[in-house]
Amino acid sequence: MATTLRKTVTPGLFILPALACILLILIFPVLSGVRLSFFEYAMRDFATGDDPVFIGLDNFRILFGSANFRASIRVTLVFVSGVVVFELLLGLILALLMEGGIKGLRLFRTLFILPIMIAPVVVGLIWRFMYHPSFGILNYFLARLGLDPIPWLHSTEWALRSVIIADVWQWTPFVFLILLAGLQGVPKDLIEAGIVDGCSYLQNLFFVKLPAIASIIAVAAILRLIDAFRSLVVIYVMTYGGPGVSTEVMSLHLYKTAFMAQRLGRASAIAVILLAILLLFSSVLVVRTLRTERK
Amino acid sequence: MTSKTRKQLLTALRYLAIIAGAIVVLFPIYLMVTTSLKPRVAAFAIPPQWFFVPTLSSYATVLFDDNFLRFFMNSVQVALGATFGSVLIAALAAYGIVRFRFRGSQVFVGGTLVLKMIPEVILVVPVFLLWNAFGLINTRIGLIMVYVALNLAFNIWIIRAFMMEVPRELEQSAEIDGCSELTIFGRIILPLIAPGLSVAAIFTFRLAWNEFVLSLALTNRFTRTLPVAVSMYITDVGVQWGPITAIATIIALPAFIFTFLAARSLISGLTAGAVKG
Repeated sequence: MATTLRKTVTPGLFILPALACILLILIFPVLSGVRLSFFEYAMRDFATGDDPVFIGLDNFRILFGSANFRASIRVTLVFVSGVVVFELLLGLILALLMEGGIKGLRLFRTLFILPIMIAPVVVGLIWRFMYHPSFGILNYFLARLGLDPIPWLHSTEWALRSVIIADVWQWTPFVFLILLAGLQGVPKDLIEAGIVDGCSYLQNLFFVKLPAIASIIAVAAILRLIDAFRSLVVIYVMTYGGPGVSTEVMSLHLYKTAFMAQRLGRASAIAVILLAILLLFSSVLVVRTLRTERK
Repeated sequence: MTSKTRKQLLTALRYLAIIAGAIVVLFPIYLMVTTSLKPRVAAFAIPPQWFFVPTLSSYATVLFDDNFLRFFMNSVQVALGATFGSVLIAALAAYGIVRFRFRGSQVFVGGTLVLKMIPEVILVVPVFLLWNAFGLINTRIGLIMVYVALNLAFNIWIIRAFMMEVPRELEQSAEIDGCSELTIFGRIILPLIAPGLSVAAIFTFRLAWNEFVLSLALTNRFTRTLPVAVSMYITDVGVQWGPITAIATIIALPAFIFTFLAARSLISGLTAGAVKG
């Protein structure tokens, strides 16, 4: 009797600290944020100790009626689709180039991790420096090529593209690493069979290799989607959402609503919308992982 | 053209493309580091000075600034505190899950994956309010607690994968020898999964050292960390690129060190969950 009790209590004791942290510091705040999204609550009320006022779905109604919020949705969608498409494409090309095993593969792989490990703040600063209209290196290169300077971060036309370029720079290596690992896992005899059958490189690529790593490409895409939706810091440092609201993604709009406009209830409503989108994507990932776990 | 020369040509083109890619990846980092080493005037020179006598004057400006030292120490404390706490708690939990196969461990695995997706920005408002209520706002320990929790799911996930490789007989024989659960965990399991612990530690350190939004909202001018401090340099002092790139390089230093010392662990951590093994 005592041993069975011990057998059930001990695992609980090992897991308890983690469970407590997750419940108190992650789950509880997220839930209280969801609750707050149904309330009118300004920073001023918080300072004076006034209680939040229940207003039902008004925060959401106001948000979807607000031009700035709708703009932030549009900016987010352009940003997310832009970075995911380019990162997958470039990452795949790099992975295919290196897949055959090249001299110094390990060195290249190591160098390619650097952008991923560097703080987003630093990435934002470096690119802001390179994008500088008068002494930025990029416009200097353009001038050397005889091209007109580009107002990278200072025009509504270019700012979003510039922000996308910086993200593509930082995260293409991540996609590359995942896809390279995937390609190296494709059984060799599968590819050799194709070569024996007289398949060209492209035929082999489209009919053998890509189908073999389709699920890994999908995972890389979802991971990048999730991360791109929450991306905020690089943009904060480079443009702070500007010019106008041309680079103000949803997460940045959330931050500004909370700490600049000081509307905590409405910011929470944006958080709820963002959370719903992310849960949708991550549930796909969870289902897949649990399935491979069971095998 | 013979097929042999054609093949050589293709290989040459392949290397050319890879080297071009590597240059694009490395150039911005190179530019940051060299700018931080340039004398003040040269930092802005157009055309850029590719060759110059390196100077540490920007670093001197930064390092003799009391504020910088305080922010630096804040960052060190927060990152080390969060790393120690998160890895320890995660290792305990992972052991509990692997060792006892209790009911609901599937739920736990799925749950940790979902938790990995929670963005910092969603936590900002509620944690800001809660930490105010608990007196944890503007404290380093408050920030450490959030980082511990944020990386817990990933750490449990990684450490669990390493623990599943440990042969069960090892624990069983220890148990027969009369070791307690805690002794088995501390003396036998932890040393065996040291590589897993180091992956977890590096990624927790990276989060706590690099994180921006929560630190911005939850700290004040005494407790803020380096990433927030450097972002304020831009607006405060106009744009002093010398000192800014110097601080940026200092922030990036752990990333450089980890990359060159533990590239393999980093790759396994980055691709964890995406690729099996």
